[in-house]
Amino acid sequence: MLQFDFDIILKTLPYLLREGMVFTLTLTALAAFGGLVLGTLLALMRLSTIPGLALFATGYVNLMRSLPLVLVIFWFYFLVPYIGQAILRTERPVEVGAFASALITFTLFEAAYFSEIMRAGIQSVPKGQLSAGYALGLTYRQVMSYVVVPQALRNMLPVILTQTIVLFQDTSLVYVISITDFLGAASKVAQRDGRLIEMYLFAALVYFLISFLASLLVKRLQARTAIIR
Amino acid sequence: MNYNWNWGIFREPNPEGSGTYLDLLLMGLNWTLATAALAAVIALVFGATIGVIRTLPSRGLVLAGDAWVEFFRNIPLLVQLFLWYFVLPELLPKAAGMWLKTLPNASFWTGAIGVGLFMSSRVAEQVKAGIRSLPRGQAMAGTALGLTTAQTYRYVLLPMAFRIILPPLTSELLNTVKNTSVALTIGLMELTARTRAMQEYSFQVFEAFTAATLIYLVLNASLTFLMRRLERAVAVPGYVTGK
Repeated sequence: MLQFDFDIILKTLPYLLREGMVFTLTLTALAAFGGLVLGTLLALMRLSTIPGLALFATGYVNLMRSLPLVLVIFWFYFLVPYIGQAILRTERPVEVGAFASALITFTLFEAAYFSEIMRAGIQSVPKGQLSAGYALGLTYRQVMSYVVVPQALRNMLPVILTQTIVLFQDTSLVYVISITDFLGAASKVAQRDGRLIEMYLFAALVYFLISFLASLLVKRLQARTAIIR
Repeated sequence: MNYNWNWGIFREPNPEGSGTYLDLLLMGLNWTLATAALAAVIALVFGATIGVIRTLPSRGLVLAGDAWVEFFRNIPLLVQLFLWYFVLPELLPKAAGMWLKTLPNASFWTGAIGVGLFMSSRVAEQVKAGIRSLPRGQAMAGTALGLTTAQTYRYVLLPMAFRIILPPLTSELLNTVKNTSVALTIGLMELTARTRAMQEYSFQVFEAFTAATLIYLVLNASLTFLMRRLERAVAVPGYVTGK
């Protein structure tokens, strides 16, 4: 029977948390925030009456949702330096750090998913609210930012948070471009010390606990914020 | 942009000696399709079973079903694949572990089963929601007619529940296809992995990724089209789903 060595986890825990988990959580939080902002804009574009805007947003969302995240991660990993070059007008492709590259990828990718959530949220706001806003003399921008979007956010909060938990799990895929997130750190230790079993089981346990507890909290929140109609 | 475009690359021979670069990508597509097909079957079989179990009037079974769903839903797919591929063979008795490790196409079997089980938790959620969405009277009517629980599910509940959840099942099928790309981390040479290989052999990054993107788009569109056909074919007249 093989010997488990759980000491290795205790010894490397500071590294796993400080290097790995901080990266994973920062990436999750920033990408969720950026994705939500961008996704809301995409949803507004998609629902707008300007055909060009609606078409662009629909195309973008459908394209992103048809591609595997792994492929998108590779796409941006190679594309971002060239985009940087085009924007900054430099001689060579710009060198982009691992964190920036991952953040751009996840923000743009998640924006497509958040946009679908926000679209449903905006459409769930009764039409009368919009009319009331316009009747009060508010402009489109004011109606959206003071009346419609806040209610859409509230209605969709549980779904948004659930999507953020999915995002938290998906950030582990930065493994494919050799970034040291939580799983990356665990994997490095695993390969260095030949302790694959302990490290991968531990990583699974940590991901499970965080996701499971977070989803329990979301369920409680859902019960508390549900508006009885 | 100082990048040397070369769209003719797809007709050039690949260094693996397996035809052109296009052939390389198509071989990847074959593995993607095979993995997704097996994974979809596993997801459907386990998902339907667990979904049904979670609606049965037995606390123990419901709890077991919930545990299944929470386990497979709360661990990232990548970590799950690592567990099946690297950890499981070590935890088994030596002979069984050796057999697993030396299995031909091990990454295919692990990838398909791993993705399948991961997706089964999503399918289980849909199946449960589908059964719950039926009026309670349907199950009661089944019982009143003298059907056993199994018969009620087989002849009354499931035929309608599956029709209702066909649209969300379609997106789970598409997710299954997309998720097979994660199996490249355990060495499965599916479409995304072959695209990476083509990029490394030829340095034509953007041509390779554009081609892969187009293939995934066509695959998505075809599957969506087929599922819509299926939806129409099995629609029950008079129901919202059966327009």
